[in-house]
Amino acid sequence: MQFGSQVVLRDITLSIPRGQTVCIIGESGCGKTVLLKTLIGLIEATQGQALFDGRALTRLSERELALQRTRFGFVFQQAALFDSMSVADNIAFPLRQHTTKTSREMYDLVLQLLTDVGLPESAARKKPAELSGGMRKRVGLARALALSPEVVLYDEPTTGLDPIMSDVINELIIRTRQLYPVTSIVVTHDMHTTRKVPDRVIMLYPVMRLKQGERQVLFDGPPSELDACRDARVTQFVRGEAGERLMEMAEKRSTLASQS
Amino acid sequence: MSRSFDQLDAKRGGIFAAVENWITGLGAVAIDAVVGIGDIGLFAFRTFAWLFTRLPSRETIIPNFYQIGVMSLPVVALTGMFIGMVLAVQSFAQFKQLHFETRLGGVINMSLVRELGPVLAATMLAGRVGSAMAAELGTMRVTEQIDALAAMGANPIHYLVVPRFLGCLVLIPTLTIMADFMGVVGGAFYSIVLLGIDEYHYWENSANFVKSFDLFSGVFKSIFFGAAIALLSCHRGFHCSPGAEGVGRAATSAFVVSFVSILGLDLMLGIILNQVYAFLYPEGMQFL
Repeated sequence: MQFGSQVVLRDITLSIPRGQTVCIIGESGCGKTVLLKTLIGLIEATQGQALFDGRALTRLSERELALQRTRFGFVFQQAALFDSMSVADNIAFPLRQHTTKTSREMYDLVLQLLTDVGLPESAARKKPAELSGGMRKRVGLARALALSPEVVLYDEPTTGLDPIMSDVINELIIRTRQLYPVTSIVVTHDMHTTRKVPDRVIMLYPVMRLKQGERQVLFDGPPSELDACRDARVTQFVRGEAGERLMEMAEKRSTLASQS
Repeated sequence: MSRSFDQLDAKRGGIFAAVENWITGLGAVAIDAVVGIGDIGLFAFRTFAWLFTRLPSRETIIPNFYQIGVMSLPVVALTGMFIGMVLAVQSFAQFKQLHFETRLGGVINMSLVRELGPVLAATMLAGRVGSAMAAELGTMRVTEQIDALAAMGANPIHYLVVPRFLGCLVLIPTLTIMADFMGVVGGAFYSIVLLGIDEYHYWENSANFVKSFDLFSGVFKSIFFGAAIALLSCHRGFHCSPGAEGVGRAATSAFVVSFVSILGLDLMLGIILNQVYAFLYPEGMQFL
């Protein structure tokens, strides 16, 4: 996957079984969100393909692709709620698009979903601008669950939230898996989420920092094995250590100083 | 990287690097232009395709029609009225010297229905609605709302562009007629009431000079203006660069590109319609 001359993802081959909860971790700019968006065809891969139930999204017609996407729920980083609509209308949006439910049925389902994500019924009439960051993310999750998807994709669900609200979101992801038989793919760099939520962790590394022939996936295994990983780049990320980055920055500074 | 930093880099590499940088920049502009035109073509094609396959729901059409048509009506009417009066002010002195004051109605009304009415209505629509559409869709792009639509299995062009396109296409003729009407009223008010031109001859000359084809040609042109405004503004919004600066640039460029397109289309359609006029009315315009 590349944008112009910049390669973001290289030789990624992953298989995720049904019902599994996977965390994709890695430093900013390593291509986690791009990978997530490629999975439902929001970004078209320059090479390779994403298969769901053995079918490549890129080979589907526009109508088939729309139907296929209803089997996914996507929780966006900033929730991506429609500003012009109320919370209830936001959650009911996919229902209006793809079901023949009556307004009453839709409203009942909206209230049920709000309860599932721990929001009061009074939130239904509010506009997204009136909600806090954590509430917006929960509305985003409720909207993603409206069509009872088979796969839920979370793009940095805890970014920008306080530790308590982050844990609430983590618990919601776990509870969603218990309530609905979903496969969850969570993109995050929150190590608390990484240790608590998934069955499996995949760590990506920025392509520009890789040596020739090195794989971009540095780690693929259960979260319990993260600390025992022999790759120093994985343990550095897990512990949140800058490592050789500080040395690199100092070298760049001295190179620039000598040039000028 | 900003242009000034590019130039700094080029200076650092010497004259050859500067020339190379300039040629690279020129090539990039040429490629961007070709890609941009192709992209607008595809965008327009997808929009038209939805018109013939599935129209948007009433819930999306009505708010857009209200924003585009009803909310634009006062400003279009007001500017139409003023332009009619301005035409009377500017033309009166010359016509008086030739003792053709009563012919003023013909000139004002002809200018209005053929050119000023449609162009003015389209310009107001581009400024009021086109920029707003680009800014709104640009913000939706930046905040991933367009991605969210696609992720929920809704087609963003069908849901966001088609209702706006239909609104501009269907309602710009009525806005043009409103601009024409208010311009005629404004021109007549200034000429008859304030300049004291004889009312009977003012209207008589107008009726003799302005044909129904003139009214039709103005309204006909406006349909193309409306389509161009909607497509270009929505395209700018959809391809907005990230950040507040990107949204601002999308809104500004939506108006600039729409306005230039309106004038370009006006010239082309004016030439074509003049040929049609010459075919329908071989005797030509009988002003005197």
